[in-house]
Amino acid sequence: MTTGKDEGDRYAALRTRAIESLLIEKGLLSEQAVDVVVEAYGSDIGPLHGARVVARAWSDPQFKGRLLKDATAASRELGVGGFVSEYVRAVENTEGQHNLVVCTLCSCYPWGLLGLPPAWYKSPEYRARAVREPRAVLREFGVELPDETEIRIWDSSADLRYIVIPRRPEGTDGLAEDELAALVTRESMIGTGLARQPVA
Amino acid sequence: MSSAVDPAISGLEGLPRRNGELVFTAPWQARAFGVAVALCERQGIGWAAFRSRLIEEIGTWEREHGADASGWDYYERWLASLERLVLDFGLVDGAEVEARVARIAHADVHDHDHD
Repeated sequence: MTTGKDEGDRYAALRTRAIESLLIEKGLLSEQAVDVVVEAYGSDIGPLHGARVVARAWSDPQFKGRLLKDATAASRELGVGGFVSEYVRAVENTEGQHNLVVCTLCSCYPWGLLGLPPAWYKSPEYRARAVREPRAVLREFGVELPDETEIRIWDSSADLRYIVIPRRPEGTDGLAEDELAALVTRESMIGTGLARQPVA
Repeated sequence: MSSAVDPAISGLEGLPRRNGELVFTAPWQARAFGVAVALCERQGIGWAAFRSRLIEEIGTWEREHGADASGWDYYERWLASLERLVLDFGLVDGAEVEARVARIAHADVHDHDHD
């Protein structure tokens, strides 16, 4: 049975092939260049890059200072960064402030640090509600914050994208950086989650 | 999901999953993504040019559909933005695209073995 979704996919696939093949024929693009991008953002670059940056910030206060001042430059120290990730700002969660990132207009996201955004980040619902009722949105993600904690919303743009430095979980003093990185979830770096508690 | 979509799913097995979630839910989405990024890089087109079209496409879709987001498909908006970008920059023209679409569709009907 053919569904509207199947039909839409077939039509989109056709148009994509048409555009790609025309651009290649005209020498404006190569198939390999497209492959490289798909490979890089589809599998090589993921939230692990951001997690390494956060783990370093938790372990090294001086690095954290540099990260808060210029996240783009500090991330590069760890070899992290790349296209459409040039201007990244890190915002730190504290007892008094929780940060939540959204792109209200489209889907801007720190690709170089977190890979490509999850489907919910791009959805009309999240983009509209994150600003209007962040506390309700967070609750749906399973994040319950004290009433005293202020929630700050950061609206990403083409020029400025955000990464949240989640709070370091209690009881992680003895952990090495790679063990810490394993506690940093993608959601915690967008603000819709918290860092994982270590398994005792 | 019904078993009727199995042929489509089988084509997705090789695609990356992260946090248990597919980055792309259909192969064409990955191509449309890659074409836009690679084209802007190659041709020195600022990403803002693509993004402004994406914002317009998303905004138009949302105005037209109101609260009903059931037909929402992010990468369809992405593809529409890419198409506008290549037309606006004069890289291809609309008639060429339509002719190519028709040609590929015709070839598909006569050759179901293509990848």
